[in-house]
Amino acid sequence: MSNGNTFSKMFGQSPFTALQNHMRVVQECAREVLPMIEALVAGDQPRVDELKDRIFEKEAEADRIKHELRANLPKSLFMPVDRRDLLEVLLLQDTIANVAQDIAGLLYERKMSIPEFLSTPLVELTARCVDTVDHAGKVIEELDELLAIGFRGREVDRVDEMLTQLNAIEDETDELGIALARALFNHEDELKPVSVMMWYQIIEWVGDLADYAEKVGDHLRLLIAK
Amino acid sequence: MEIIATYGTIFLALAVIFGFYMTWGIGANDVANAMGTSVGSGAITVKQAIVIAAIFEFAGAFIAGGNVTSTIRKGIVDPSGLVDNPEILVFGMLAALLAAAVWLMIASWRGWPVSTTHSIVGALVGFAVAGIGMDAVQWGKIGQIAASWIISPALGGFLAYLLMMSIRKVILNTEHPFESAKRWGPAYVFLVGFIISLVTMFKGLKHLKLELSVTESFIGAVIFGLITAFIGWMMMRKIEVDKEADRDYHFASVEKIFVPMMIFTACAMAFAHGSNDVANGIGPLAAVASIIQSGGEVAQKAALPLWILVLGGTGIVIGLATMGYRVMQTIGTRITQLTPSRGFCATLAAAATVVLASRTGLPVSTTHIAVGAVIGVGLARGVGAIDLRVIGGIVVSWVVTLPVGGVLAALFFFTLKGMFG
Repeated sequence: MSNGNTFSKMFGQSPFTALQNHMRVVQECAREVLPMIEALVAGDQPRVDELKDRIFEKEAEADRIKHELRANLPKSLFMPVDRRDLLEVLLLQDTIANVAQDIAGLLYERKMSIPEFLSTPLVELTARCVDTVDHAGKVIEELDELLAIGFRGREVDRVDEMLTQLNAIEDETDELGIALARALFNHEDELKPVSVMMWYQIIEWVGDLADYAEKVGDHLRLLIAK
Repeated sequence: MEIIATYGTIFLALAVIFGFYMTWGIGANDVANAMGTSVGSGAITVKQAIVIAAIFEFAGAFIAGGNVTSTIRKGIVDPSGLVDNPEILVFGMLAALLAAAVWLMIASWRGWPVSTTHSIVGALVGFAVAGIGMDAVQWGKIGQIAASWIISPALGGFLAYLLMMSIRKVILNTEHPFESAKRWGPAYVFLVGFIISLVTMFKGLKHLKLELSVTESFIGAVIFGLITAFIGWMMMRKIEVDKEADRDYHFASVEKIFVPMMIFTACAMAFAHGSNDVANGIGPLAAVASIIQSGGEVAQKAALPLWILVLGGTGIVIGLATMGYRVMQTIGTRITQLTPSRGFCATLAAAATVVLASRTGLPVSTTHIAVGAVIGVGLARGVGAIDLRVIGGIVVSWVVTLPVGGVLAALFFFTLKGMFG
């Protein structure tokens, strides 16, 4: 008889669930960058190509979730957080996937062999940057709990602590990145100028993964404070 | 007078049929809204909701349905000008019943969330204006009723907000929420039993030949509350922490404690709905019965016959059994946003508001109050997203129902008058 109950229609899909789904896919996407760099170090080009495909797939999936969430977020929704802040967090999350895609794209298009002195520190930097993304993901997972107690009290303190930790990890990646750039410039005469540019770009982008992860966290602070 | 004498039995039969049709419609459709927050939170299944509704809708109508009935019966239309033409009132009441029932059917078929209360009040006013004249409508009372339609959802929302805040304070936002929930759970269940029984007993059992003083009501409510709390405690005792689920959502185990608590609020809601909405269907029927049984006496001193309350309660249960089941399933898969704790707050607040309103004799809309209560939880920043467009639709149906009910009632009134008058 009646098509859909008033109550089921009243509750839209939770924007937080969608935001979390999106972040999970972004994490999956960013995580693949580490094996890709490792494959590069090992000189395993087929593996690099294979991982590039995976990263592109995940990025596309993240995009799809992003569009879906945006489409399901009409201005008529009454939410406990500011709509613009929510969309901003979504955009920052999505940027992480985009950066991963940039890295994958460059490593695929320009077949590069990694200089010896870069190998270990680059893997180290990438691992730490992926950690940062995962940590931001953990914070996003706390949104359900935040909602349960109305973005106040203990849960906010907990999330604050997690965010402080996130900032600390990101600071580490900054230092690793600077050290790596310095090493690159010290060896610049041994490399082709274009290669120096490209490696610098890669170091920048890997660092961006952590940068945007931190921005996701920072913007979450605004979301909570409303 | 002659008309009543000649066609009395037919009128009574028609009133019974129309009244039954109306309460059947309420059972078939409106109950799904009353149970929406309970089923939606996943605390009870559709089947359990049907069983709870069948028992407590009936109990609500039978035990606490009297006051609203009398408002519908004699609070809206002033019958003093009809002493010589009691049949006009009979036609009017029949027309109002049929109009409200038909409008409910159309709205249910289209999936519009209209209120049974608004339909019947609109229909009664429509009949009075068309059949007797503007003066026959007790506008003061209508003003009160209309005000209650705005105040009651707001009150429901406010109560839900307070409940949500208190649950956060004593349970969710503590060091050990699970232990806090076990400690405070029975207290909240006590609150359910206490509030509902206090409001019901307080000057409300006259028709059952049971008159209680304030103190007696209070003591009775405390005892009833303690009994429900004890049952609740028994049900909660065995619940254990689910570490696996807690890793994913820290409050998963806490929510498990709210599931048995929701069973009590679901019962309270069905009771409240029965006390308020059944009265809408049987009020006009009671009016017709009183006129005919007194041989055309419009002065209404007669008490509400018990058989009418029973008929209304039965109509709801049959409506539930024949069609309510399917309509209830349209709530469909559980609404993930409505966790048992949120559902508990919204349902208890709504049930308390409805019972309170029906006690003062004001016919309110259960659906609107339930929606108001959900918004209250939302205002406590407790719901991910509420679609305000749906709320807008409810407001529109609220406004549209009154004139539609009125016009239909006027139409049926003149038809009946033409047939019998």
